[in-house]
Amino acid sequence: MELEPTIGLEVHCQLATRSKLFCRCPADFGGLPNSRTCPVCTAQPGTLPVLNQRALELALAAGHALRCTIRETIKFDRKNYFYPDLPKGYQISQFDQPLCEWGELEFEAEKGRSKVAKIRRIHLEEDAGKALHPDGLACSLVDLNRAGVPLIEIVGMPDLASPSEASAYLQALRRTLRFAGVSECDMEKGSLRCDANVSVRPKGQPELGTKVEVKNINSFRNVERALMFEIARQSEVVARGEKVVQETRSFRDSEGTTVSMRRKEDAHDYRYFPDPDLPLFDVGRARIDAARAALPEGFAARRRRYQGDWGLSEYDARVLTEEPAIAGFFDATVAAGLAPKAAANWIQGEVLAFLGETRGEFEQLRIAPAALHALVRMEEQGELSHQAAKKVLRRMLETGDSAAAAAQALDLVQIRDSGALAGTIDAVLAAEAKIVGDYKGGKETALNALLGRAMKATKGKGDPNLIKQLLLEKLGKPGG
Amino acid sequence: MLPADLTRSATALAAAVRARRVTARTAADHYLGRIAAHDGAVRAFLHVDPAVVRAQADALDARIARGDTAGALLGVPVAIKDNLCTTGQPTTCASKILADYRPPYDAHVVERIRAEGGVILGKTNLDEFAMGASTENSGVAASRNPHDLKRVPGGSSGGSAAAVAAGLAPLALGSDTGGSVRQPAALCGIVGHRPTYGALSRHGLIAFASSLDQVGPMALNLEDCTLLMAVIAGHDSRDSTSRPGGFDAAAARRDDALSGLRIGVPAEYHSDALDPEVRAAVRQLEDLAVGAGARLVPLSMPLTPYAIPTYYLVVTSEASSNLARFDGIRYGPRDEQQELAASYATTRRRFGDEVKRRIMLGTYALSAGYYDAYYKKALQVRARIGEEFARAFARCDVLLGPTTPTPAFPLGEKSDDPVQMYLCDVFTAPAPLAGLPALSMPCGKSKAGLPIGAQLQGPTGADARLFAVARALERRLALDLSPLEAPRGA
Repeated sequence: MELEPTIGLEVHCQLATRSKLFCRCPADFGGLPNSRTCPVCTAQPGTLPVLNQRALELALAAGHALRCTIRETIKFDRKNYFYPDLPKGYQISQFDQPLCEWGELEFEAEKGRSKVAKIRRIHLEEDAGKALHPDGLACSLVDLNRAGVPLIEIVGMPDLASPSEASAYLQALRRTLRFAGVSECDMEKGSLRCDANVSVRPKGQPELGTKVEVKNINSFRNVERALMFEIARQSEVVARGEKVVQETRSFRDSEGTTVSMRRKEDAHDYRYFPDPDLPLFDVGRARIDAARAALPEGFAARRRRYQGDWGLSEYDARVLTEEPAIAGFFDATVAAGLAPKAAANWIQGEVLAFLGETRGEFEQLRIAPAALHALVRMEEQGELSHQAAKKVLRRMLETGDSAAAAAQALDLVQIRDSGALAGTIDAVLAAEAKIVGDYKGGKETALNALLGRAMKATKGKGDPNLIKQLLLEKLGKPGG
Repeated sequence: MLPADLTRSATALAAAVRARRVTARTAADHYLGRIAAHDGAVRAFLHVDPAVVRAQADALDARIARGDTAGALLGVPVAIKDNLCTTGQPTTCASKILADYRPPYDAHVVERIRAEGGVILGKTNLDEFAMGASTENSGVAASRNPHDLKRVPGGSSGGSAAAVAAGLAPLALGSDTGGSVRQPAALCGIVGHRPTYGALSRHGLIAFASSLDQVGPMALNLEDCTLLMAVIAGHDSRDSTSRPGGFDAAAARRDDALSGLRIGVPAEYHSDALDPEVRAAVRQLEDLAVGAGARLVPLSMPLTPYAIPTYYLVVTSEASSNLARFDGIRYGPRDEQQELAASYATTRRRFGDEVKRRIMLGTYALSAGYYDAYYKKALQVRARIGEEFARAFARCDVLLGPTTPTPAFPLGEKSDDPVQMYLCDVFTAPAPLAGLPALSMPCGKSKAGLPIGAQLQGPTGADARLFAVARALERRLALDLSPLEAPRGA
């Protein structure tokens, strides 16, 4: 019996707001434990939640980017459970009326084959804190810096047919949300988290098999690892003639396996009910439309534009849409006046290579698009050789200098004064009588040797075209 | 000592302090002295720190000496129910689970009182987490009714009501979820107002049932109640359920409110279960109103008896969630155990029986499989009750009836019978379910000398109208509204 897997992902991502969802504490990653807390997010008695409007706007942007139907009324519910990292004893979430429903995400299921997966719902909720259980300590520790950080949960339909599809879906989802400005989607910092629902069934059977939820998949690499293990495990269970148990399992990174966390009968009863502290709130058509209008161009649309309008290769278009910051820099460089192909070459070549070597982030780039354009113009106008231009750009990237300042500092501005070069050339010709003789004897390639000597004499700053021209003027044709 | 006229009127006291006839310190010392003399019998207060009180008064006197006499409550001590957060003084909800809790912030209404020159006098007793109608559910001690120390002061704001009635504080704040301001006000013979839901900020009010909880002013008379209400009402951006707009104190002081007023009198408010003396007092008030130009509109509000079961499903459900944070992890005492669940369970044993009962009822009502039959059904009935009020207010301007079925009952009479205790709320529970304002005012005394309260209810936002109507009735009733010189029946 041949089995096929069915996968659906539940993705939590942290909205890129400055403050938390229901109080004004900073929401960014890091900080000393419990330094980013206040009476509201530590649930001191008598405190009340007030919705962060920026979080709502970003959730609306996510809904638009994923082509969802968006609800005009926002309702929050309480999800009740006890845990030390949950200060109120409940999480404010959305239960039966999520902000966004029925969207879709197009992704490249495999090279050259695109697929559309359905999004079931997107809802807004607050994060819990973090409970730490340090080895050798008789107690646990709680850090509430994350408590109240705004999240959206994006629940996908079980439309994914393999671990690689799941991985491709998650990559596309991440890129879509990053281009929409919704979230950093950084798995290492916990701003993107993924749980997977997976089942297996005999090929051709219409009903889905028993679903298992896999949690703690904490990196992109682990999405495929966890799913491959889990599918194999379930397939073995079925092959033995047993039934898959409905349960929640946890992925163990070190072993690449999943272990049971709790079975269906142990599932929490969260006792959801409408949060009386947050009355129904009318988002309004106008606000929903404004969020759509403000949505930045997505990566797929940008790829189409780069290939269709600007004639870039598919490869170039892909590289440039890897990150919103790269695409933004590229567009701005073109807007500054640089030809798209030239801009693409410089960004892909020198800029990304530099970031690769220095393990830098595009966001921390020290040069502006206009500075790159200025550099390329110096080359076009002959003030820099191509090789020199690369060196100058490197310095610009390292120091943040302007093109002119970097060229000056490196002393790489080309000597394009024939008068200044004539003396150097005369000296070279005098010193290299043998090569001159070869040339005059008819050895055409000897000219290049002389050019090389002259370039060396100018420490690489002479304009090679001009030097060649001057050499020819002085020596005439080979053999002549 | 304060002159007697100043002990009868917080308004007069503020004016006297402003005119420098008396100092804030004199007023503070007067009430601290009264508390020292009588609170051993009344047990209205949980926390009074004389040094903290005198420091506030001295600071005010220093400010007044510099010529700054701003503040509507200048130098007036205010007693605060102990479920409202105060810096500098503990806030415990009369619960062992919050013993010694010191909030890091002041409730919005406390901020407002301080900003207007009021002095936070102390924290008053309540049924634990405001769950009860007699103050017998306090985790510390039961408060006594100063009109008869063998009887309850009502609850849950029983400490605040008893303090004002006994002259231990000129003004007090209570909170009202299903009658917790109005019922003790009625049983102690003072004025208590439950504002329209959202008219006062709940920021700093420790939640019992969030969709019904409201802070309420308590005073000896309508003028003083108006003074306090005007200070504490108004929008607060820290409470998402706070309403825009403030309290129209000028409208609350209009003296022609009875002329042409349509007073709705629901038949259900005068059932056979109503104490005859209470009925007689309320009927007398109706006659007074008619004599002043008001018209009675007989009504039927058949959903009235459904308010109690509906109310208890909603409040227990919300309470089960609101009280989850008292788990021993962040504040309050912790009973540490090897296992986490055991640690929660042991810590939460500190809740009193009534609180535990309500947490369990609410947990049950919200559980999978029971939600539709209980919580959801209660929300549906709640909406119907709101519609019934709306129909009534299409035909009348205010509703008039008794606040409570009986005057104050003896301590211990109902404390073993939760259902009898719940029925104390029969007239006060409907208005909160609909978010409506309601006010209780003294309207007479029983032969035994126990106060009787009448309740006025109005449509959303009609708080000032209720004050104006009550004020007109108060003037015509001409009752002696002085505080008691000493508690009775010791």
